[in-house]
Formats: sequence, structure tokens, C-alpha cells
Amino acid sequence: MKNVKKEAVLPAALVLVLFAGLFILERTLPSSSILFVVLKKGAIYALVAASMNLLNGFTGLFSLGQAGFMLIGAYTYAIFTIPLEMKPIVYQYYDYAIGFTLPVPVAILLAGLAAAAFAALIGLPVLKLKSDYLAIATLGFAEIIRAVIQYEKLGPITNGSNMLKSYPKFSSVLFPFAVAGVCIAVILLLINSSYGRVFKAIRDDEIAAEAMGVNLFRHKELAFTISSFFAGISGALLAMFQSTVQASAFKSSMTYEILLIVVIGGIGSISGSVIASFLFVACSEWWLRFLDTELYFGSFQIPFLRSGFRMVVFSVVIMIMVLFYRRGIMGDRELFQHRRDKKKGEARQ
Amino acid sequence: MDSVSYILQQLLTGISVGGQYALIAIGYTMVYGILRLINFAHGDIFMMAGFFMVYLSATMPVYISIPAVLLLTVALGVLVERVAYKPLRSAPRMSIMISAIGVSYLLQNFATYYTGGLPQKYPTIPWIGDNVNFAGVATSRVTLLTPVLTLALVIGLVALIRYTKIGMAMRAVSKDFETAQLMGININGVISMTFVIGSFLAGVGSLLFFSKYPTVTPTIGAMPGLKAFVAAVFGGIGSIPGAVIGAFIIGICENIIKSMGYPTFSDAFTFVLLILVLVVRPTGLFGEKATEKV
Repeated sequence: MKNVKKEAVLPAALVLVLFAGLFILERTLPSSSILFVVLKKGAIYALVAASMNLLNGFTGLFSLGQAGFMLIGAYTYAIFTIPLEMKPIVYQYYDYAIGFTLPVPVAILLAGLAAAAFAALIGLPVLKLKSDYLAIATLGFAEIIRAVIQYEKLGPITNGSNMLKSYPKFSSVLFPFAVAGVCIAVILLLINSSYGRVFKAIRDDEIAAEAMGVNLFRHKELAFTISSFFAGISGALLAMFQSTVQASAFKSSMTYEILLIVVIGGIGSISGSVIASFLFVACSEWWLRFLDTELYFGSFQIPFLRSGFRMVVFSVVIMIMVLFYRRGIMGDRELFQHRRDKKKGEARQ
Repeated sequence: MDSVSYILQQLLTGISVGGQYALIAIGYTMVYGILRLINFAHGDIFMMAGFFMVYLSATMPVYISIPAVLLLTVALGVLVERVAYKPLRSAPRMSIMISAIGVSYLLQNFATYYTGGLPQKYPTIPWIGDNVNFAGVATSRVTLLTPVLTLALVIGLVALIRYTKIGMAMRAVSKDFETAQLMGININGVISMTFVIGSFLAGVGSLLFFSKYPTVTPTIGAMPGLKAFVAAVFGGIGSIPGAVIGAFIIGICENIIKSMGYPTFSDAFTFVLLILVLVVRPTGLFGEKATEKV
């Protein structure tokens, strides 16, 4: 027990320092600073990347449905929190069906639960499939969800293909950090529990795990549902961050971005996913911005620099990562992993 | 318009769309048969072929630009294989799939950069875009040409695979990668050939697809790509006739759903079909049953 406490002291202290730092930053920097955009979006992506890693990296289920579950979360949150007086304006083409609002925390939780419920349903047929078939089937489900939400007969609930807006948002950067932090902590606890060990056993060798008495389907379904729950919550956070939400934005390219974050961070490392998502968001929103603007030295224009070049450079960097640094930033290690663990790992091999 | 000719028109359009999907689907199914890889970049190669045509036809006459487009598309397909898939040959399958997703991301971003994100107007190819009358239905020549051309290409391809040496090598590699290698088959040559064929057909498909589509955009390859992949799975992945039949079925069904007034669901239908097939018969219509050894 003593050891456990010692191990927890350093991360806990760092979390405290982090939150204090964020608090001070918010008091000192102007609120329009790009840093806050990066921090907010980074925290949201960190959560969804961690949830995807739980599935792809720890359970070995190659699922590409993350954008679909985020979509469900975002819509659930928005639908239940638009204030009554705003509803006639938002639902201008339909008679809104849901005549009440829920408090924000309840709505966020409901967003997660709705995504989890869908995942549990979808998982029944889909999780019996093997690796790449699973990937394409989950990708397909994400597309179906997107099409169904835009269906006009559902307009009184989802507002058809029009956007949802005017729901409560967050202003402080502490809010997404707190929610994402708690969720990621839960994911970490889960991975270190006996369930987590079962997930890893399934990843390493399904047949061996089954022979050891693991109920494959039950545990896959569990991992899938939990991962989707957190994807739903991050979807709700994303809706709050963007302040409007529209189904057409949740394309498969969104899932690809999250997958690339997971790969860059290291498949099988939650802290890697967190670091990678902040780097990814910072690069795409901030550090590489200069590549998008034309630059002159006197009359000489630096070639290539114009709108869109940033994303080209960015994707080349990602390809180099994927090809030459396949283990990503963290491999399958975690920050603050105790040396004792490592020794144990060596002994096992 | 009376109902018979309306139905005939919808059917013709469906068959034509199916033919375009079939040409893309063959690329997926062949690559999967040999590398066990879902080539996520295939739809984007199709998209790039569209852009090649836009830029080449601006400076050259059609009879030069069409062969040039096909050549460039083939070169791009082989280049992608060499750069992004070859170094990962011994890596886990997931890594190659991620690399394919990375290539897709790169090609889309490159196209966005090069075009400035604006949709580019596709040139009208003379003759094939003309309107003709077929059994009392007004339609364009390309609609009639697509299924004929598709079938001719598929028959040629099947003959190639069945009767030539490289075709035999392809069959051997798709049966057993490692044994084929031990038997002295040049694996890299076979894989390159697969990508040559797949990209060539995607290039032809793109010429046919865009001649009825006004503009090319950087993300346009995603949907036809996914649908063609579903067609390949539906027909049994690895089987060329399966992919073609699957593509025609999807093209026709999709058009029927569209004409019944549910355009929102025409995309979703494809995936419902995919999931049904995967659940009921995971090997598809003509797929071989794979047994897993411990």
C-alpha cells in the first residue's frame, strides 16, 4: 500500500501544478489568445484519443467508429441543453419535440450513455468480425449514424441537416481539463485493473485468452462500450467548444485524425495519446500556421507558402512518423511508470 | 414520361454507376487478395486521376491527355506502394493500414493545397458525353459505354490472371505469400503489377465517373472508394468477378433508393448491406473460407 501511495504522489502533484498554472494563465493572458484554443481542443482530443487507444491499443480491436460516437454525444448534449426560449429559433423549420432542458453535467453524462448504448447495440453483430472487417464495419456504422441524424423526418429532434446552437458552452479552460482529466484517470484505472489485464490478453492472443477462460465476446463488448462512452463525452465537450454542431462535420477523416494521434503517441500508451493530441492540435492550429501565409523578403516571395501548405507539411511529417518511428513518442510505456514495473516486464520476457 | 422508360432510365444509370464502382473495386480486391491490406488510399488515387485530367486537358488535346492521365495514375499507385507499403512488409497488418490512412490524408491535403480548396471544373470529353437515344430513353453515351467497357476490361483481366505467367504468380502469392516467395516468385514485381492494374482501372473509372460529374474536389474519392470497397467485400474479397457483381448490385440498389426519394439513405444503405453481409456470410458471395490455425 505504501508503494502505491508513493507512486501516486508525483502525478497528483503535477496535476495540481498544471491546474494552478492554467488558472494563472487565464488570469494573465487575454482570453482571445490562441493558446487557449489549443489547450481546450487538445484536452478534448486527448480524451477521445485515450478512448480510442483503450480499444485499438489495449484490446486490439481496430475500430474506426470514433467520429460516429462523438457525433451521438455532441447531438445528445446539444438537444437536451438548448434553452427553451431559444428552441423556436434553433428549430426554425420544425416543431421541436423535446420540451425540457437538462442541467449541463447531466446532459454530458447522458451524451456518454447514449453513445455507449449505441455501441452496445452495434457491438452485438460487429464485434464477431476480425481485424480489418471490424474496421470497415465500424467506419460504416459511423457513416450510417451521420446519415440517419440528418434525416429530415427526425427533424423535430435532431434539426435535420441544420446546425444546433445556442446551448451552454464553457468559457474557462479548466472545464475541459477537469472533465477530460477525470475520464482519462478512469481509463487508466480500468487499464490497470483485472479487466485491463484481460483486455491486454485478448490483444496479445485471442485464442490463448479464450483457452484461459476469458469470455471473449463479453470483454470485447465491454471495451467497446466503455470506449464509446468516453468518445460520447468528448463529443459533448467538442460541441461546447465549437458552440455549434452539425452532423456533416463528423466525417471519417475525423476518425483518421484521431487514429493518427494515437499512432503518433504510441499505440498502447495513454500518456502518449495525451501528449500527441496536444502536439497535434498545437501544430495544426498554431505552430505551423505561418506556412499558410505568403511571405516576402523584399520582392522575393518564398515559394510554396500559401493556404493549405501547412496541412501538406503536416501530413508528410505524419507519414515519416508512421514509416520510421512506428512506436510513436511513448511506445507502449507510460509516464511515471515505476521502475519496479519495468523490471517485472523484463523478468517476464 | 411513362413508367417503363423511367424505370429503364434508372436502371441504366444504376448499371453505369455500378460499372464505375466495379473498376475501383477491382483495385481494392486485388490488393487485399495479395497484401491483406485495405488500401484506404485507393479512393484518393481515383480522386487524383480526376485532377490529372483537369490539369492535363488544359494544355493538351484529349487523345494525348487521356493516356497521360492513365500513365500518371499508374505511376502514382506504384509510387505509393513503394514508399508507403513496401517498407512495412514485415510489420504488423495494423501498421500498413495506418500507413494507408496516412497516405490518404496526405493526398487529400496535397490536392487541397494545389487547388486552393476550390472545386475544379472537369473538362468535357468529346463524343462520350453526347446525348443519345437508347430504346426510347434519352441518356448520355457514357452511361451506355461504362458497363460495356467495364465488362471488356474485366474479361481481359480475368484472362490475364488465368492464362499468363504473371497471372499465375499473382494467384500463387494470394494463396500463400511465403511459400510463393520460397518458390522463387518475385514478390515485389507481383505486388507492383497489382498496383499497376488497380490504379489503371481506377484511372479509367475516374474518367467515366467525372464525365458525368461537373467538378472534382479533394475529398470526392472517399465515398466512391468506400462504396467500391463494400462492393469488394460483398462479392467476397479477393474475387474479381465477385467484386464486379457486388459493384453492379450496389450501383443499381443505390439508384433505386435515390429515385424512391430517400437520397439521405443511399449512402447508409451501402453500409447496412456491408454489415448484413459481414454478419451473415463474412466471406462474401464468392469468397473462400479461411480457417484459422492455432
